[in-house]
Amino acid sequence: MGLTANSTGGGAVDRGLHIEKSTPDERVVALAGNPNVGKSTVFNELTGLNQHTGNWPGKTVTNAQGRCLHNQTPYILVDIPGTYSLMAHSAEEEVARDFLCFGGPDAVVVVCDATCLERNMNLVLQTLEITDRAVVCVNLMDEARRKGVRVNLEQLSENLGVPVVGASARSGKGLQELMTEVEAVASGRRECRPARVRYLPVVEEAIRLLEPAVAAKLGGRLNSRWVCLRLLDSDEALRETMTEHLGFSLWTDPEISVKIEQAKNGLLDHGVTEDRLKDILVSCVILRAEEVCMDAVACGKNGYSRRDRKIDRVLTGRWTGIPLMLLLLVVVFWITITGANYPSELLSGGLFWVGDRLADLFEWAGAPAWLEGALVDGVYRVLAWVVSVMLPPMAIFFPLFTLLEDAGYLPRVAFNLDKCFHKAHACGKQALTMAMGFGCNAAGVVGCRIIDSPRERLIATLTNNFVPCNGRFAPPHKGKQNGCRVLTRKKKRLNSP
Amino acid sequence: MRHAASSAVGGENGATPEELTLNRIRRGETARVRALNSTGSMRRRLLDIGLVEGTSVECLQRSPAGDPVAYLIRGAVIALRAEDSSHILVEYC
Repeated sequence: MGLTANSTGGGAVDRGLHIEKSTPDERVVALAGNPNVGKSTVFNELTGLNQHTGNWPGKTVTNAQGRCLHNQTPYILVDIPGTYSLMAHSAEEEVARDFLCFGGPDAVVVVCDATCLERNMNLVLQTLEITDRAVVCVNLMDEARRKGVRVNLEQLSENLGVPVVGASARSGKGLQELMTEVEAVASGRRECRPARVRYLPVVEEAIRLLEPAVAAKLGGRLNSRWVCLRLLDSDEALRETMTEHLGFSLWTDPEISVKIEQAKNGLLDHGVTEDRLKDILVSCVILRAEEVCMDAVACGKNGYSRRDRKIDRVLTGRWTGIPLMLLLLVVVFWITITGANYPSELLSGGLFWVGDRLADLFEWAGAPAWLEGALVDGVYRVLAWVVSVMLPPMAIFFPLFTLLEDAGYLPRVAFNLDKCFHKAHACGKQALTMAMGFGCNAAGVVGCRIIDSPRERLIATLTNNFVPCNGRFAPPHKGKQNGCRVLTRKKKRLNSP
Repeated sequence: MRHAASSAVGGENGATPEELTLNRIRRGETARVRALNSTGSMRRRLLDIGLVEGTSVECLQRSPAGDPVAYLIRGAVIALRAEDSSHILVEYC
C-alpha cells in the first residue's frame, strides 16, 4: 500500500467496478469480512507487497487490490470494505455489495472472527444470498482457542453448505488451505449449495410470486431470489447501480412492476408494511445465524471470559479508568519525546553537517548569494529540519499506538471518554483520532472514518488540526538540539559578513 | 422465526415510564429484548448487531462518567449510549 506510481496521477482515476486482468486466466477473488477480524492481515499475507490501492468509483472508500500465485494460477485479490452487513446503509456497505453483485468475482472469501462467530455469520449469510461461490475463512483460531472457544469447522461447513477453513493469519497458518479451497470453488470443481435464509411464510410467498418473472428477465446474471428481496425492500441505492449494470430497469419493467405491486399488496394484507418488512429481513438472517452456530461453536457465549471482565473492570472502572488512561498517555508521550531526542540529534547533526558542506561547495564555486540562500538555506535546511524533527517522534509514537490498538485498549479509551465528547456533540472515538493527531494530523484526519455518525465525523475532521502534531511540539528541554540550532546559526550567518 | 414476526409487529409507540428499557438494567443483570423503538439508521445498526426480539443482553460495565454502558450482545461487547439504549424495551428473564 502507500503512494505508488499506480495509485497516484492518472492511475488514481476511477476505473469502475471491473478489475483489469493482465491475463485472461487470472481469477478475481473478493475478500469480505466484518471490521477488525484480520481481513487486512489475510490480504497482506497472501499478496505481500504486490498491492495497488485507490478509491472505489465515486466513493471515498479505499480499494486495495493485490496479486498472488497459487498452484501456478494467478489470482487478483480485492479487499472490499469491512462491513457488518450488506444492506447498503453506508458507503462501505454499498461498495461491498456492489462489488459482490456486479464486480464479477470468481470466488468470495468471507473472513470471520472465531472468537465471536455468530456475529460474523450475519455477513456470511447475506453474502451467500448473493453468490454461491464463497469460502468462509474463520480467522483468529489461535485466539479463540486461548479463550476456550471451540469451533467445529466441518459442522459449520455442513451447516453453511460452503467450504470453511480455519486460519491464524498473523502467524500465516491456514492460508495455503484457504487458497486451495478458493481454487476449487473459483474453478467450479467444488460445487457449493449454500444454506439459504428462510423468511417468514408471508415473505416467502411474495418471493414465489415474483421470482419466475424476475429470473426470466435476469437470465442467470444475478441471484433471482436475492433480487426479489431487494425489489420488495424498495432498495433505492441499488436501483441505479442495477439498471446501469443490467442495461435495463427492472423496476420500470411493466410485467415486473405489476408483480411487485401484487406482492406488496399481499404483504400488506398480512400487516407487513415496508418498515416491518425491513425488520423481518434482518431478523431472519440473525436468527438463522444463531441456528448455524448452535452446534458448530462451543462456549460461543463465553467468548468474553472472566479474565477479560476483570481487566475491563479496572481499565474502564469508575475510579481507575481515567487515571490509568492518563498515566498511559503520559508514558507514551514521555517515551516518544525523550526517545526521539537521541535519533533527532544524530539526524540533525548529520544532515546539517552535510548542509554546511553544501554551503562551502556553493561558496567555492562562487555561486551568487541568492542561489545559495534559496537552495541550501531554503530547500535543503528546511527539508533536513523537517526530517530530523518529525521523523523520530513519528517512528516511535505510531508503533506504540499500534501496540495499544493490538492490545485492544483504544476502544476502552473511546468508551471512557464518550460522555465528555458527547457533551460537545462529538463521539468518544474522536479521542483516538485526536491522539493520532499528536503523531500527525494527516493520519488523524484519515482516521476519522472510524466515526459512524456523519455529523460527529465532520466535527472530528475539522477540529483535528487543533491538536498540535509533533512538528508543532515546543522543542524539548535541550532547546538548541532540534530546529532552534538552525535558526541561531542562520542568524549568525546573516550578521557575520 | 416466530420471534422475528412479533418483533416486526413490535409497537411504534415510545416507551412509557413504567416500561423497562435497556438503560435501566443494572450491572451484572441480564435482560431479553422485547422490542426496538429506535428509528432510522440507529435502528438498522442495532438490528445488524443482533438486537432482535428475544436476544438476551447482559449489562457489563458503566463507563467512568456513567454513560455509555457496555453490554454483552451475542458474544460481542458493545457500548451503547443511554439515549440509544432507552429506546430498547426489555424484560428480565
